[in-house]
Amino acid sequence: MTTVLTPVTPERIPGRARRLVRRATSPWTYAALIAILAGSAFPVYWSLVVSSQTTEAVGSVPPVLVPGGHLFENIARVFDETDFALALGNSLIVSGTITVSVVLFSTLAGFAFAKLRFRGRTALLLVVIATQAIPTELGVVPLYMMMADLGWAGQLQAVIVPGLVTAFGVFYMRQYFERALPLELLEAGRMDGCGPLRLFWHVALPTARPAAAVLGLFTFMQAWNDFFWPLVVLVPENPTVQTALSTLASGYTTDYTLVLTAATIGTIPVLVVFLLFGRHIVGGIMQGALKG
Amino acid sequence: MTSAKTLTWAERRHKWSATLSPFGFISPYFLIFGAFGLFPLLYTAVVSLQDRNLLDADGATFIGLGNYEQLLFHDPYFWNAMGNTVSLWLLTTIPQILFALGVAHLLNRRLRGRTLFRMGMILPNITSVAAVTIIFAQLFGRDFGLVNWVLSWFGAGRIDWQAGTASSHTAIAAMVVWRWTGYHALIFLASMQAIPTSMYEAATLDGAKGWQQFWRITVPLLRPQIIFSTVIATTGNMRLLAEPLLFNPGTAAATGGSDRQFQTAALYLYEQGFTKYDFGYSSAIALVLAVVTMLVAGLSYLVTRRIQTD
Repeated sequence: MTTVLTPVTPERIPGRARRLVRRATSPWTYAALIAILAGSAFPVYWSLVVSSQTTEAVGSVPPVLVPGGHLFENIARVFDETDFALALGNSLIVSGTITVSVVLFSTLAGFAFAKLRFRGRTALLLVVIATQAIPTELGVVPLYMMMADLGWAGQLQAVIVPGLVTAFGVFYMRQYFERALPLELLEAGRMDGCGPLRLFWHVALPTARPAAAVLGLFTFMQAWNDFFWPLVVLVPENPTVQTALSTLASGYTTDYTLVLTAATIGTIPVLVVFLLFGRHIVGGIMQGALKG
Repeated sequence: MTSAKTLTWAERRHKWSATLSPFGFISPYFLIFGAFGLFPLLYTAVVSLQDRNLLDADGATFIGLGNYEQLLFHDPYFWNAMGNTVSLWLLTTIPQILFALGVAHLLNRRLRGRTLFRMGMILPNITSVAAVTIIFAQLFGRDFGLVNWVLSWFGAGRIDWQAGTASSHTAIAAMVVWRWTGYHALIFLASMQAIPTSMYEAATLDGAKGWQQFWRITVPLLRPQIIFSTVIATTGNMRLLAEPLLFNPGTAAATGGSDRQFQTAALYLYEQGFTKYDFGYSSAIALVLAVVTMLVAGLSYLVTRRIQTD
């Protein structure tokens, strides 16, 4: 998955003051927006409906459109009849490790690119920006061969290691530091005898916290939702949530209640993150563009 | 008198650390990306010139452009997959951009609960492609699918969405458009809010109505974002894989339906590489797909650049 995002700026987005004020918003606008909202939410709602029904109810005509009372029973079935607990654990390990690593390495490199002088800085930064545009799916065959040679095929590190850094993260943090970290602050640190590492730790890192949080949010969601590479390199016995879903869905007779209950469970972590930090996600997209 | 140029050990260490530490800071990115991002990418070209099958113990033999010759001149499945790719590209990219413009236009008003509306629009985008596709496959089911049930009110017969080329493309396009419209709408909305009110006021004085204002002012001023969104959507939609793979899971998954009616080029790459382990051939598909994607992205750039600006 490629990510394209222009970075956050410390200034706030132009708010109410610059919104265009022409005439009162008509009820039709609200009606249209509510209809679109319903359409946006419907598939997620539907998956919740199915996961709270019995298998028989799902096959009925007309379909049942409201949640039933079998949610916990179905959740229990998912954990009894499949390896979904393992998949959830694996996804947590993979997404957690990738998030911590991307945030740490992006902050380090972003700080160096924004505030330290060194030979080849501009050229190396251009390399980072250029690599953002490359679709990594293209190299999937050689990458798989590498993993097989390393003996990692089927194991979690095959998913984790290639995800440990992203060009997007480096660029994002660099843009943030460029604007948010005043040179005077760094000079003051230098006067106090800080070496680069201590400058990073005591001056840059505290400044970076808001941007690092947004980057972490996006990275976690992307890692959690990643499908193609885990599908290629992992085995069904050692899945992530997303590859487990594809295995569940491809049985000879698909038990839709079971599959959609699993899909619902697998969406919950991202949904929780979204409900807590949704406005930051929206802000991040509106200040640029993010693709997952 | 000691020369000022003689540095103490501590000073020298400090100087070295100032010179070298930036490289230390950036090296994790370059080492990991170089090994697991850039190298595989470049090595694809080498593998594509080999006859290389994981199931074949002999390993790799260099066959020059043999894979490409087979692919381009003797492989109807590849051209079928390319055709499906282009068809899905058209069916996804154009509605995505147009719907997003409409949604952004609606959101660009004084609204109560605008955070709720914006979050609602982006909800599809944060859900995983695997979950979304499985849910949509169920909605588009032949016998008990909700879509057919709704269509039956209008007297439509039961459509077997997976079976036909047009119907399967429509269903897959619906999932992609559903997932990405809100994302593009938010990008458009951000730029719409930067358009000065005075431009609309002037247009109103000149007698331009809402609809005219939208096409004559809003859309032209959004040109850079429309170009950006179209190119991003194109590169994404030209490599659809998860959607066709999970639309009809089971034995026909990697072939994109029993008659390959919705097998995309990326899915064909997956079929050759990871169900038949024909790594050389798969790499050749990857490179051809990359070239075609660049061409199509360039084409969409040229088309969107023609949006009229005064």
